[in-house]
Amino acid sequence: MRLSRSAKVVLGVVTALVLLFIYTPLMLVVVNSFNADRTFGWPPKGFTLEWWGKAFDSPGVREAVLSSLWVAVVATVISLLLGTLLALSLQRYDFFGRDVINLLVILPIALPGVVTGIALNNMFTTILGVPLSLWTVVIAHATFCMVTVFNNVIARLRRMSPGLEEASADLGAGVFATFGLVTFPQLRSALLAGGLLAFALSFDEIIVTTFTIGAGETTLPIWILQNLFRPNQAPVVNVVAVVLIVVSIVPIWLAQKLSGDSVRVSGARLKADER
Amino acid sequence: MAQRIQQLPPGPPRDAGAVPRAKTNAFSALLHRSPRLRLAALLTAPAGWLVLVYIAALAALLITAFWTVDTFTGEVSTVWTTENIVTVLTDPVYQRITLRTLWIAVAVTVIDMILALPIAFFIAKVASARWEKLLVVAVLMPLWASYLVKAYAWRNVLAEGGLLEWLGTPLGLSSPGYGETAVILTLSYIWLPYMILPIYAGFDRVPDSLLEASGDLGAKPLTTMRLVMLPLLVPSIIAGTIFTFSLSLGDYITAQIVGGTTQMLGTVVYANVGAANNLPFAAAVSLVPIAIIMFYLFIVRRSGALNNL
Repeated sequence: MRLSRSAKVVLGVVTALVLLFIYTPLMLVVVNSFNADRTFGWPPKGFTLEWWGKAFDSPGVREAVLSSLWVAVVATVISLLLGTLLALSLQRYDFFGRDVINLLVILPIALPGVVTGIALNNMFTTILGVPLSLWTVVIAHATFCMVTVFNNVIARLRRMSPGLEEASADLGAGVFATFGLVTFPQLRSALLAGGLLAFALSFDEIIVTTFTIGAGETTLPIWILQNLFRPNQAPVVNVVAVVLIVVSIVPIWLAQKLSGDSVRVSGARLKADER
Repeated sequence: MAQRIQQLPPGPPRDAGAVPRAKTNAFSALLHRSPRLRLAALLTAPAGWLVLVYIAALAALLITAFWTVDTFTGEVSTVWTTENIVTVLTDPVYQRITLRTLWIAVAVTVIDMILALPIAFFIAKVASARWEKLLVVAVLMPLWASYLVKAYAWRNVLAEGGLLEWLGTPLGLSSPGYGETAVILTLSYIWLPYMILPIYAGFDRVPDSLLEASGDLGAKPLTTMRLVMLPLLVPSIIAGTIFTFSLSLGDYITAQIVGGTTQMLGTVVYANVGAANNLPFAAAVSLVPIAIIMFYLFIVRRSGALNNL
């Protein structure tokens, strides 16, 4: 199939337009965080750093940042542990019920967030009678963050040669020594990438969070949602939104550089790095 | 000048003792002997977590849908009834909301498919290798930017005196304002990368030689596209639609932010968990998107799309 020059140009223009469509709204939020006009009409009327200062001084925002960080860190640690164990058992062993567990793992991201959210909310409040808090958010986040770690680790395990571990065992290393000296060093970058993805996922998660967070607690996305409809808070909301964009994109960018594995959208496997 | 090579002083003699050896550890030895024990040690925690937290929660959700709420105390009472399910299925209000949600999800899916096909084709088959890599990252990055921020960004774009009005005024167009159209637009925007990536991966897997062969045999580009590419792409396209369709079906944040008074299944669920405090009814409503998604997955499972997820 040979495309004519004009067809290629048309496709290129369409691609550029779609990318423009993807980036313009995000750029608008960034620009508005420096917009001196309180109503944020377009075009902007002047440049100011006032909103960034205000956001920095706001105790509500600071508290929300700390809660978000705490939730994201704890959820990431739990999901690193569970995701790695799960990947090891599903990749290295064949057992009864393996396919079921394989399907189970992707369920938390295959079903819409609202389903996961209400299922956990119902579980905590009606069935167990546990009061909602930041801990319930951590449990909810760890459940779906586990999937990103699992995906990264199992992709790496598939490419690792089992011969190295066998050699280590033959040379007299115990199970733990082999893991610490042979397996873990090979997994390190996959774990870092999975952990960064899990962190970013948890840091800006909103849907499941609204269903599992205790009254009076706020994470950064919850803070945005609460202040979104208050006109006098609009400037600070813009600033917080920019912070959210940066905090979620930077870890992803790093993860991408680190992993070198194919990129997954929880699915679609892309082999961008293999060529 | 001749370089002088300095000889390094001889290090300590290397002997087998330098290799880290496992201390004789009974537990480690036991694990080594029994693969079954090793598996149990690995699997118990994560599988237990998934089953106890997630599967139990889904099962409980299903059961709760058949319970009711005590109108006086507001507590959930475990009296069995099919009333919630019947209301969701037969009340015209909820039928309308279900149809509207379905319509929004289908519209979003179709819009994303139309936008994603040319860009995915361009990235996979037209762009040079260097550009291909750059473009994939460019599509991937905003995928991870917060969903909430993206919906919020569109609230700004659609606002009175916002960017869309500024762009549209010279053309005689106006912003659609907050409502159903805004929800469709915003959701199409948010889920677009989820459609582009699987389709791109699908195009990428089609070997160039196949396209060349088709061209050599006299097919015009459009014929090649219809007869060679499209049949090979169907699983990838369906994989993309699973994302856009299922994610739109469960949405409620976007509907809240740009939807004005637009009600979707997700907003009904949220309202019944929060303000109305009727968890059994919320559970019953949430079974609708689950059933629709399961039905959709059931239809498409034979296309091989599920392996593309």
